[in-house]
Amino acid sequence: MSLPSPSLPPWLSRRSVPILAAPLAGCNMVVMNPSGDIAVQQRDLILISTGLMLLIVLPVMGLVVWFALRYRATNAASEKDYDPDWDHSTKLELLIWSAPLLIIIALGALTWLSTHKLDPYRPLDRIDSNMRVDPRVKPLTVQVVALDWKWLFIYPELGIATVNELALPVNVPVRFDITASTVMNSFYVPELAGMIYAMPGMKTQLHAVANRPVTSKGLSANYSGAGFSHMRFAYRAMDRAGFDAWAAKVRTSPVALDRPVYLELARPTEKAPVAYFRTGDARLFDAVVNLCPKPGQRCMGELMHVDMMGGAGKESARDTRGLQYDFPNSHVIEQTDRNRGQETAPDAAGSAHAPSADHSNHSGANAHAQHQ
Amino acid sequence: MTTAQMIFGRLTWDAFPWHEPIVVATFVAVLLGGAALVGALTYFRLWGYLWKEWFTSVDHKKIGIMYMVLGLVMFLRGFADAIMMRIQQAWAFNGSEGYLNAHHYDQVFTAHGVIMIFFVAMPFITGLMNYIVPLQIGARDVSFPFLNNFSFWMTTGGAILVMCSLFLGEFAQTGWLAYPPLSGIDYSPATGVDYYIWALQVAGVGTTLSGINLIATIVKMRAPGMSLMKMPVFTWTSLCANVLIVASFPILTATLVLLSLDRYAGTNFFTNDFGGNPMMYVNLIWIWGHPEVYILILPLFGVFSEVVSTFSSKRLFGYTSMVYATCTIMVLSYLVWLHHFFTMGSGASVNSFFGITTMIISIPTGAKLFNWLFTMYRGRIRYELPMMWAVAFMLTFTVGGMTGVLLAVPPADFVLHNSLFLIAHFHNVIIGGVLFGLFAAINYWWPKAFGFRLNQFWGHVSFWCWNIGFWLAFGPLYVLGLMGVTRRMRVFDDPSLQIWFVIAAIGAAIIACGIGAMLVQFAVSIWKRNELRDVTGDPWDGRTLEWATSSPPPEYNFAFTPVVYDADSWADMKKNGYQRPLTGYAPIHMPSSTGTGVILAGLATLCGFSLIWYIWWLAALGFAGLVAVAIGHTFNYKRDFYIRQEDVTRTEEARTRALAAGA
Amino acid sequence: MSSTTAPLPGETRTYHLAEEPHLHEGHSTMLGFWMYLMSDCLIFAILFATYAVLGGNYAGGPGPKDLFDLPLVAVNTAMLLFSSITYGFAMLAMEKNRVSATQGWLFVTLLFGGAFLSIELYEFAHLIHEGAGPQRSAFLSAFFTLVGTHGLHVTFGSIWLVTLMVQVARKGLISANKRRLMCLSMFWHFLDVIWIGVFTFVYLMGVLR
Repeated sequence: MSLPSPSLPPWLSRRSVPILAAPLAGCNMVVMNPSGDIAVQQRDLILISTGLMLLIVLPVMGLVVWFALRYRATNAASEKDYDPDWDHSTKLELLIWSAPLLIIIALGALTWLSTHKLDPYRPLDRIDSNMRVDPRVKPLTVQVVALDWKWLFIYPELGIATVNELALPVNVPVRFDITASTVMNSFYVPELAGMIYAMPGMKTQLHAVANRPVTSKGLSANYSGAGFSHMRFAYRAMDRAGFDAWAAKVRTSPVALDRPVYLELARPTEKAPVAYFRTGDARLFDAVVNLCPKPGQRCMGELMHVDMMGGAGKESARDTRGLQYDFPNSHVIEQTDRNRGQETAPDAAGSAHAPSADHSNHSGANAHAQHQ
Repeated sequence: MTTAQMIFGRLTWDAFPWHEPIVVATFVAVLLGGAALVGALTYFRLWGYLWKEWFTSVDHKKIGIMYMVLGLVMFLRGFADAIMMRIQQAWAFNGSEGYLNAHHYDQVFTAHGVIMIFFVAMPFITGLMNYIVPLQIGARDVSFPFLNNFSFWMTTGGAILVMCSLFLGEFAQTGWLAYPPLSGIDYSPATGVDYYIWALQVAGVGTTLSGINLIATIVKMRAPGMSLMKMPVFTWTSLCANVLIVASFPILTATLVLLSLDRYAGTNFFTNDFGGNPMMYVNLIWIWGHPEVYILILPLFGVFSEVVSTFSSKRLFGYTSMVYATCTIMVLSYLVWLHHFFTMGSGASVNSFFGITTMIISIPTGAKLFNWLFTMYRGRIRYELPMMWAVAFMLTFTVGGMTGVLLAVPPADFVLHNSLFLIAHFHNVIIGGVLFGLFAAINYWWPKAFGFRLNQFWGHVSFWCWNIGFWLAFGPLYVLGLMGVTRRMRVFDDPSLQIWFVIAAIGAAIIACGIGAMLVQFAVSIWKRNELRDVTGDPWDGRTLEWATSSPPPEYNFAFTPVVYDADSWADMKKNGYQRPLTGYAPIHMPSSTGTGVILAGLATLCGFSLIWYIWWLAALGFAGLVAVAIGHTFNYKRDFYIRQEDVTRTEEARTRALAAGA
Repeated sequence: MSSTTAPLPGETRTYHLAEEPHLHEGHSTMLGFWMYLMSDCLIFAILFATYAVLGGNYAGGPGPKDLFDLPLVAVNTAMLLFSSITYGFAMLAMEKNRVSATQGWLFVTLLFGGAFLSIELYEFAHLIHEGAGPQRSAFLSAFFTLVGTHGLHVTFGSIWLVTLMVQVARKGLISANKRRLMCLSMFWHFLDVIWIGVFTFVYLMGVLR
């Protein structure tokens, strides 16, 4: 099924954008001039909606200024028009309700169509305004994990992973699977497509495509704690050959991204440098989404299955082994001796913590005691 | 647990932020200023006067003024936060970390949002409604005068807790809505989020009760003849705003209770583990949060209706459609909350539903704008300060409304959400709508409250500073949003952005001049009050009942209960040759002042403070005291008195003489 | 438009009342209290909604079927319903200005309320003792909070009831006290209605699901 596209006619989009941007020459209005088709369509939607609204907003603002000047008490001409008891006109009432209504009907229709067409979960059906997606091409999958405070990108099909660098081949549809390790973030590459939240224990999706080689930035758009401001990553769209060469380079990394490496990586750090990995554990992303990257943690999928079965029986009440995921002071970068080992990613392997102490740590009082 | 911990909880010497020079300097300044204030009050022997005439007063007019003062004080604090952010963002480029570290900066932007919404905008509109509504409906006071006093002090208690966080411990570093899991105990273990929770809970009780109070007042205490469709528009919009308060603040209360249980009792509502669901919080908080936006703006829509009609010397165009538009907005405001997080990954149909409901709100809002427009049409517009603010509002708010509808288109929101475009949008509607409305209201009703007008010159200076400063401060943010810059950033690495932040900082500085000019305006007007004196009680040729009595009104508001025949009842009275009665005064039944509200709110604040610092014994004691005092209060059956006939006669005859002298 | 109301020919309008319209004491109390109840109702609505969303998240622990003792809860429900009936009798006696009968029925209501609270506390203690405390899972957090908030309301209702009994004893059934008893009556019945929701949605549907 193909929904009508809300894109601007090419002559308009080509001309109007530079005109709008003219007074702002010298600054890079990336949202108004992106290099990925999804962001381009979102840009077009912004322009069309704004145009639609200006149809009513401009006349209204004009009328405000006009009436404000025309009917000022010091204007002698206003005297003969003065009508203090005039307070109703059915025709005008009809107009003032129906004019905005018509605009909103148009905008509402546009919203419904574009929201479905640009739904981040919906696989792409076009590469750009001239090129349809070749159904034989499988989209590239990139698994995105928002860590404290850096980004991990896993390319499962290519067997590679990176920190703080996202590279994409141009004109290849990409599917991002997005999650976070501890708190909410938002995955946003202004050049490429709109943002989508990265949330712990959940997987969101974004389909997008890069249309021309570019070097730019991506970032977290949702505040996530002390290191948030530096939570940026390099975004590089390359042609096929360049991308393959890049992937090959990453693959030569001596470090394989397995659980211990991931858990070390997940410790809170700021301004993390770009890092390259080979894939070391194909199920890592699933484990992160299921909140069980650490040995001994029970995965959410399994727990939900138990829940579906109506619970695990009375005896399970005391069995809280492997259930805890959040830890006190997870966001504290300066580790003191006291709280070492309590953060999100304690020294990985073999750190199955004592079951009984497990959840009692959770209460506020205790959490604070450790903070002291 | 040591003895010190048992007595002081987690309150230690380290709780004072010695290591933050900015905070220490502020603290010293506040201490000196506070000492000077206390000294002055003691020297001029004003404590007894303040306690008897103001703090314990149940007079809605005095409580209204106290709310405005609270709002103004907190406004200065919130604006100081804003200036700090602007400087930091204009500074932190090219590898510079600016002058605020993350710990400090993140508190500043959180506090700015919390203070501006809860402790500036809310006290301002509550104060306004408190002062004006009973006068407009011809009542002597509100339905529950004691509750009114208590509500005010609860709001103040919340504000005190927020101010405490500046010097004791820290404030939340979570953003103004404190999304979990970040605001959970594991990721925010210190006092910040607890200050946030208890400040909002204490103030929230006050807000809810004052909402109930004002609804009951409007429903039960209107003057004879004032049917619903003859109520002044400000009273209508206040009614709708208070319905929204009563129907949304309990949601905030419940949501924060769940968050505090997570933090204090180890429950798992919004945690990642043990089956908790942080998305639930985001939904709940916005089910409160969106109506809150309309709680703020609706009363100001009413203000603009009064101002435009009065200064155009004309009946309001489309009274009926204005009322229906207000009610429509009230209902629709509950159906749009999800537009605050389109990017959370809901399905396309859900997102478009909430996007379209959001756009639908712009229809009644647009109708209102047209109504003001056609009120001006064929009018005789006097450009006094309130009217200038109203015209500035109409131009500014239209732009803000347009960008708001743009953000309601989900795919557009995907690129604009959390960006500085969004920040520019909501400041565009909150400053352009709520603040401009408040300035219009202050200039409009100041003569009513104090008996003299505000100085025009400084009002003009303030007006132009605000208007120019606003666009300089927020125009660049629109541009930055389109450059892909998002909110709550402390440092930047793209040097091409800096110029825009510098312009925004200059804009903020001009706004600061506007605020300064406004304070000067108040000072000059008080200084020259005799030149600005208005003895008529009706300086603007007003149209509604509050202008029918003296300025300032006597404590009983009206010597005789007015009878209403028209929506513009005072205009109708003047047109039909109404003569003020000069004899036949009777004793007037009034509620008595009481200190219970102050005591109860003080205990609640103490309780909140001890919970923040884990001083459990004091919290228990405070709570027990709260219950005991509340029960004790119910044993007092004698809560009212009569103003003697002689006193009424004396007051009214003084007014008769003043009117004669003025004429 | 109808809002423009020029005086009819020959009509003289009086613009003020010579005689003060005497608003009776407590004229807005019932309305105000009713609005308070609705706002309270909203708090319960949020707690119910939270339970609806989180009530199935047992976190690998026990579910309602494992934990709830339906007969005990049925007894508990009966206690609260009886207390509502006896409060009704108290109000009937109040209407007839019979002080001692009113006080007697209020006392019986208090006993039933106390029984309800005791059973609830026993249930909570039992669950916590078994390890199924509010920290164990989101389901239990939501359960304890919803039921506990209701219990807290009953507790404060009981304190209020005692206060009113003292006030009736001191001042008799004066109009202020009658109004207060009416308010508490609304409060008490409101808690009954909430409990019926709790019993149905939490206990019955939990066990039958």
